Amino acid sequence: MDYFVQQLINGLTLGSIYGLIAIGYTMVYGIIGMINFAHGDVFMLSAFIALILFLLLTQIFGVLSLGVALIIVLILGMALTSLWNWMIERVAYRPLRGSFRLAPLISAIGMSIFLSNFVQVVQGPNNKAIEPMLTNVLVIPVGTGSVTLAEKQLVIMATTAVLLLVLWYVVQKTPFGRAQRATEQDRKMASLLGVDVDRTISLTFVMGAALASVAGLLWMMYYGVVSFSDGFVPGVKAFTAAVLGGIGSLPGAVLGGLLIGLIETFWSAYFSIDYKDVAAFSILAVVLIFLPSGLLGRPDVEKV
Amino acid sequence: MGAAGDARAGSGATFLGALKDAALVALITLGLSFPIVALKTEQDLQTRLILVERWGLVATLCAIAFALRLAWLLLGTHVRLPRAASLLDASSMAKLRLLAPWIGLLFVLAFPLIALGIAAAGGPGPLKLIDNYGIQILIYVLLGLGLNIVVGLAGLLDLGFVAFYAVGAYSSALLTKTFGLSFWIVLPLAGILASFWGLMIGLPVLRLRGDYLAIVTLAFAEIVRLVLINWVPVTGGYAGISGIPKPTILGFPQTPLTRLLFMYYFILALVLIANWVTTRLRALPIGRAWEAMREDEIACRSLGINTVMTKLTAFSTGAFFGGIAGAFFAARQGFISPESFVFMESAVILAIVVLGGLGSQIGVAIAAVVMIGGTELLRELGFLKAVFGADFDPAQYRMLLFGLAMVVLMVWRPRGLIARRVPSILLGASSRAAPGAPRG
Repeated sequence: MDYFVQQLINGLTLGSIYGLIAIGYTMVYGIIGMINFAHGDVFMLSAFIALILFLLLTQIFGVLSLGVALIIVLILGMALTSLWNWMIERVAYRPLRGSFRLAPLISAIGMSIFLSNFVQVVQGPNNKAIEPMLTNVLVIPVGTGSVTLAEKQLVIMATTAVLLLVLWYVVQKTPFGRAQRATEQDRKMASLLGVDVDRTISLTFVMGAALASVAGLLWMMYYGVVSFSDGFVPGVKAFTAAVLGGIGSLPGAVLGGLLIGLIETFWSAYFSIDYKDVAAFSILAVVLIFLPSGLLGRPDVEKV
Repeated sequence: MGAAGDARAGSGATFLGALKDAALVALITLGLSFPIVALKTEQDLQTRLILVERWGLVATLCAIAFALRLAWLLLGTHVRLPRAASLLDASSMAKLRLLAPWIGLLFVLAFPLIALGIAAAGGPGPLKLIDNYGIQILIYVLLGLGLNIVVGLAGLLDLGFVAFYAVGAYSSALLTKTFGLSFWIVLPLAGILASFWGLMIGLPVLRLRGDYLAIVTLAFAEIVRLVLINWVPVTGGYAGISGIPKPTILGFPQTPLTRLLFMYYFILALVLIANWVTTRLRALPIGRAWEAMREDEIACRSLGINTVMTKLTAFSTGAFFGGIAGAFFAARQGFISPESFVFMESAVILAIVVLGGLGSQIGVAIAAVVMIGGTELLRELGFLKAVFGADFDPAQYRMLLFGLAMVVLMVWRPRGLIARRVPSILLGASSRAAPGAPRG
């Protein structure tokens, strides 16, 4: 029982990070119908930015309080990652808007290759490890045994929950969220009604990047190591999560992220760690075969 | 770095406006490069991470961005590249279009001779030229032709084509090593096994459309790769399989050079056969059904075409070519490992198909030459060390430039290099055009 609860905690932590990345995929897909392949690498880039800013603050500016340092890194990292994603959208995707379906996808794959190699060139190919932080653990008795809840796991889950509330508020209650939902439903009609579609799409990329940058910081904090190749696997899993939940659906992305995190953790805990990704991908395939538009996605209506 | 003010390019005609715009671009470059370029993380002697400041590099990058943007705004509107069509009149253009495939074929046939000539003139060795450029590019052309059937003709987005490549390579390696079968038996077997895998993957995912199909094929390819890594008793895990025997005919190719020439002409023959098969298939009802399905699946179904069978044949035919390419790859390398079958390969093959112009076989060949040949060329730029200092390694920038080239080519020509699509069938007089002629 305690083992099970422990794995549940670990799975939810990992799932929170996947969920944050998945939102970026699902928002972009919802609004321009494009798989933003570079998103995983934007996440990796943001983890690097977070790492460098953290080192800058603690080593050069001598910020002693960990909490203050992390909050500054969070805000600055969000801004810088957003600038990157804004630029990427501007250079690589906007000229291809209205072009045929595969053009932006190839451009995004090219961007993804560019980003991971760019980071490799400017930061070197080695793994970057920092000392573990937030190492306190809470020991909670469960049944006959006990489980440990690390402070950083708590931070990850709390940050994710707060961000999701903010995101929900922005999408549902603000004029920008309304414009975004309108653009998602019908781009041409939205622009006829005075929505600045280009700006809305840019802001969607900015929001996706901001969430990915939080995920990058949390990842860096949780594992304490980043590498230029860290973009692909979490990116593919987050995209899998977005598809599993039903691409285009925000709650679906979070649900999918949590599910992928849980599947991966439980599979490693009870079966074999080697095949944990196989399990996640197989479940994706099985779910899609029976529910072709994901768990919470709207089924496509075929119009003739 | 054409980031800012594309919409205002018109007002950028004035010098001051252009200057302002370029300054903005430089500022954005500064923002982009602030932590990631300016501060490099390095390990000190206690293996702690420390930061190394590189503001000079950032300043250089900003200056380059500024200069490029300024040049683009001031000169970009005045300088126009002459278009090929305006240089030649229509009839000689048409003649050129007809002749180009044959000239290309002649060049490809004579390529080893040219390589030998370059080597004789003091260039790099012919073995390296033929192997790195000739054979390498032709393998990608074969893979591209296979994926072209799935993506280009049938319109099914497959992000996991490398799975079939891997199946072909591993099945041929295992069959030759374990059962001692000859390469000439194994080659078609590898293709057939791969096409069975195409059926196996195709069958469950047929209900999915568009991007869902893309992610499931990607997932399948990852599953195949993970199984190859983890099923150590059979596949050797990360260590892979080595010592795969080279193909011979009655023990003929013996010296390295003749063996290489043999492999070159063999893969060339495979590519030409694949091209011929594709061209013939496009003229058959099944090829017509593929293209009809790509254009409109619903209309296709209402006209009585069995889309399930159409999709499955596309998947398995494409996979067959992929499997053949895999078997050839295994025989050429003599060694295979899961490292060769990562997602990057799928992305590169897909890029070749899309950059070539979906559905165009000539386009696949041109894109493979540009992308693979271009990145191979970057390995050769050793002389740049003299310019940028000894620790400058051009090979490091290979994939970076590859990614950048993909973006630039796509933005420049979203429909691919060969965007002109000749319909496979036309109503009226031109429908009697010879179906066997190479199509652009």
